Amino acid sequence: MTEDLNWAIGGEAGDGIDSTGKIFAQALSRAGRHVFTSKDFASRIRGGYTAYKIRTSTDRVQSVVDRLDILVALTQRTIDENLDELHEGSAVIYDGERSWDAEIPDEITAVDVPLKSLAEEAGGAIMLNVVALGAACELTGFDVAYLDEALEKRFGGKGSKIVDNNKDAARKGRDYVQENYDLDLGYALETTDEDYVLLNGDEAIGMGALAAGCRFYAGYPITPATNVMEYLIGRIEQYGGHVVQAEDELSAINMALGAARGGARSMTATSGPGIDLMAETFGLVATSETPLVIVDVMRSGPSTGMPTKQEQGDLNMTLYGGHGEIPRFVVAPTTIDECFWKTVEAFNYAEKYQTPVYVVADLALAVTEQTFTPETFDMDAVEIDRGNLLEDDQVAEWLDDQGRFRAHAATEDGISPRAIPGMTDGAHMSTGLEHDELGRRTEDTEVRVEQVDKRNRKVETAKAEEAWDYREFGDEDADDLVVSWGSNEGALREAVALLEDDDVPVRVISVPYIFPRPDLSEEFEAADDVIVVECNATGQFADVLEHDTLQRVKRINKYTGVRFKADELAEEITAKLKEEVPAQ
Amino acid sequence: MSSQSEVRFTDFKSDKQPTWCPGCGDFGTMNGMMKALANTGNDPDNTFLVAGIGCSGKIGTYMHSYAIHGVHGRALPVATGVKMARPDIEVMAAGGDGDGYSIGAGHFVHATRRNVDMTYVVMDNRIYGLTKGQASPTSRSDFETSTTPEGSQQPPVNPLALALASGATFIAQSFASDAIRHAEIIEEAIEHDGFGFVNVFSPCVTFNDVDTYDYFRDSLVDLKEEDHDRHDYEAAKGVILDTDKEYQGVMYQNENSIPYHEQHGVTENMAEIPDGAPENATDLVREFY
Ligand SMILES: Cc1ncc(C[n+]2csc(CCOP(=O)(O)OP(=O)(O)O)c2C)c(N)n1
Ligand code: SF4
Repeated sequence: MTEDLNWAIGGEAGDGIDSTGKIFAQALSRAGRHVFTSKDFASRIRGGYTAYKIRTSTDRVQSVVDRLDILVALTQRTIDENLDELHEGSAVIYDGERSWDAEIPDEITAVDVPLKSLAEEAGGAIMLNVVALGAACELTGFDVAYLDEALEKRFGGKGSKIVDNNKDAARKGRDYVQENYDLDLGYALETTDEDYVLLNGDEAIGMGALAAGCRFYAGYPITPATNVMEYLIGRIEQYGGHVVQAEDELSAINMALGAARGGARSMTATSGPGIDLMAETFGLVATSETPLVIVDVMRSGPSTGMPTKQEQGDLNMTLYGGHGEIPRFVVAPTTIDECFWKTVEAFNYAEKYQTPVYVVADLALAVTEQTFTPETFDMDAVEIDRGNLLEDDQVAEWLDDQGRFRAHAATEDGISPRAIPGMTDGAHMSTGLEHDELGRRTEDTEVRVEQVDKRNRKVETAKAEEAWDYREFGDEDADDLVVSWGSNEGALREAVALLEDDDVPVRVISVPYIFPRPDLSEEFEAADDVIVVECNATGQFADVLEHDTLQRVKRINKYTGVRFKADELAEEITAKLKEEVPAQ
Repeated sequence: MSSQSEVRFTDFKSDKQPTWCPGCGDFGTMNGMMKALANTGNDPDNTFLVAGIGCSGKIGTYMHSYAIHGVHGRALPVATGVKMARPDIEVMAAGGDGDGYSIGAGHFVHATRRNVDMTYVVMDNRIYGLTKGQASPTSRSDFETSTTPEGSQQPPVNPLALALASGATFIAQSFASDAIRHAEIIEEAIEHDGFGFVNVFSPCVTFNDVDTYDYFRDSLVDLKEEDHDRHDYEAAKGVILDTDKEYQGVMYQNENSIPYHEQHGVTENMAEIPDGAPENATDLVREFY
C-alpha cells in the first residue's frame, strides 16, 4: 500500500496535457489530499513532448521524486521518457486502438483503454483525456465523483452539457477498467475532510500583489513569468487597477515607474532577457527613489537559454545589475506560499524605503502547483505600510525657505518625505541625473556625495529595522550545514529526512533574502562543513556567502535545467561531506 | 479661452535658469507649453511632466510641476503609467526628435495607438543637440553632420505620417518662435480627449544651420489660413504626406476619440488603497479551491 502516489499524463504539446493534469490535481485537492505538481518539458528528445506530473499524499508534499506509479501515455514517447521512473507496481494507461503499438515493458501493468472511442460515445473525441482520468481513478481506488467539481470548474463556462459529457466520459473510463480488468495494484487513495487550495508560484505572486494593494501592472509576455500577468488581468480591475501588456520590457518597467510616481503600488514581472532590458530604468527607479516591485522569474540563461527550464542564474544580475552603484532590495521566496508573502513584503519595503525591490523566483516555483490550507494565505494578516507618503497637510513641513518641496531631503535615515501628484505645494522634479534635495540636476561634489550616501543610508536603515531572517530545519545540533535559496527548499526538506535515516544529520538554512540578507558568519563558524546548494553552474550565492563570512564552502550545483530531487540531493550531500574540506 | 484663470503661466516656471544656448528654439516651445497649461486651467500641483533625454529633455528642470526626467527614449511609457494611475492628473510628455523618433520610436507608435490622454510635445530640431550635432531621424538626407559626413542618404522619418498610421487622434505641428500660434496649438492638444501629438519646429542654433528660424519663417504654411478640414482624414493625409511644404496647425483630429482610460474603465485614483488586504480579498484564495 503506497500512501504517496505519483501520477502523470504525457503526450504532445497541444494534447491538453496541462488542463487534464490540473483537473486531476484539483480533484485530489478537493478530496483533502495534498498535491505537488511538476511540468516536464523533456530535454532528452527534442520536440513537443510534455507531461504533467502529480505527487499526492495525505501528508504535505513539496518536492518531486524519481518514481511514477500511474502513467497516462498518449504517445510512445511518454512511455520512453519515463521508463526509468516506472517500476513493478506501475501501470500505464494507453489507447490500443490508436495507431501506435505501445511498447511497454513486461513488468509494468499495461492498461489498454479505448480512450478515443469511449470519449466519442460520451460526446466527442476531445474528451479522451478525461476518459483516462476515469480509468486512473479506478486504478487508484479514487472515487470518480471527486472529479466532478474540477470538471465543473474547468468546463462550467462552456455550459452544463459539456460538463455532463465530461462527467460521463470519466465514468466510461472507470467502468471500462472495472469491467475488463481484474487488477489490484494496491493503491487506495485515502481522502480527508480538509479543503485545500492549489496554486502555483506565479499565481501566488499575483495574489500577493493584489492583497498588498498593487493597482498597476505592466508586463511583456515571457516564460515563465507570463502567468503573473494572466492572473492579474481580470482580477486587478475588481480593485480599481489595471494591467497593460506593454510593447516591450523597456516600456513595461517605465510604465510601472510612471504609475508608481503617480502614487500607485505598481509592479512588473519578467524573466532573464527582460531583466536585461529593464536594467537601464532600474537605475532610474533607484535614483529617482521610486517605490517599485520588479519580479524576475528565473529560467535557464544566458540569452534565450532554455526558456522552459529551471535555473537560478540571475542572482548576480539582480544583485549587481545596472551601471553605477544601485541601492536595491532583493527578496527570493523559497516556497510557493512565500511567493505570496514576500510579494506583500516587497511592496512594503518599496514604499518604506522608496526603492526598487526585486522579487526573484524561479521556474520551479512559478509553474509548480502545491496544496495549502487556505489559512496559509490569511488576508487579515496582510499589513500595508506606505512609509513616508505624506498627508496633504504634511507637505508644508518639507518645504525649503523658498517654498520648494524637498523631495530628496537627506534625512538621517535616508528616507525622504514623499508627495504625489495632486498634493498642494508638493510639485517637484525627479530625475536619473544626480540631483540635489529638490530633485534638480547637480554636479556639485558635496551634493553628489550627500545624495549617494543618503540613498545608501536607506539600506542601512532597512538592515537595522527589518528582520532579514532565514528558515531552519533538519538537525539543529548537526555538525554540518547546508545552505540554500529559492525553490530548492522543498527537496531539501525531504532530503534531510532521507539523510537522517542514513544517519547523516545536517542542519539546513534556507535564505529568502538576497539583499539585505542575514549574516551567517556565526553559523558558518560553528559548522564543520558548509554546503551551498543552488541551480546554477558557478555558485553565485556560494560566492556571496564566502565573501560575507570569509569562509570557504562546498558547492552542489545543478544546471541541467531540471530542479533538484530529494533522493539525488541526499546522495550528493553525503558525497560532498566526504570530500576534503577546501583550504581556508 | 480661460485667460481669466487664477493660475499664471509663470507659476509653471522653476527658478532654475535654462542652460540652453541663447536663441535655442526650446525656450519658445517651453513658454508656449506653460501658457497653454495655464490657459487650460491647470496648475503645477495637478500637472505631471515627463521629459526625455536631450537638450529638449531639460525642460523638466526649467518648468515647475510634478515631473520626471527619465532615461533616453522612454518618456511615453512613463507618461502612460502616470495617466493610468492618475486619470485625474494632466499629463504631458516632452522630448526631442532623437528621443521620440529614434530610440523611442516603438513607444511612439504604441502610445499613439493606445490613445492615452496626454499631450506629447516633440521639440524637433532635426539634429541631436545634447550629444553635439549628429544626424537625427528627422535630419534631411543630404544634411552633413559629424556622423553623416556625406549626408545620411536616407529619407527622414515623417513623424506626422507615423502618427497617422498608428491611429493618432490628434496630429499637429507648430513653430516655437510663432509664440501665439504655438501656444494655441498646444492648448488644443491639451484639450483633446486622447493622445494630443504636436511636432514643434524648435531650431537648434548651434548645430543645425539648415532648419533655421529663417527657413521656417519663410516656408511655413499655416493651415488656419488654408481651407483645411482637420476632421477629414483624407485631407489630413494630403497635408501630412505632402513633403514639399512645411505646415503649421492641426492636421488631424478625430472627433470620436475616446481616450484609453475611458475605453478601459481606468478611472480610479490608484494611489488610494486600504491599510490591509482589500475587504473581499479572501475571495482570491477561494478561487484556488
Ligand atoms: C541609452 C542612451 N543612449 C544614448 C544616450 C546619449 N544621448 C543623450 S541625448 C541624445 C540625443 C538627443 O537628441 P534629441 O532627442 O534630438 O534631443 P536634443 O538634444 O536635440 O534636444 C543621446 C543620443 C543616452 N543618454 N542614453
Ligand atoms: S545645442 Fe541646440 S538644441 Fe541644444 S540648447 Fe543649444 S541650440 Fe538648443
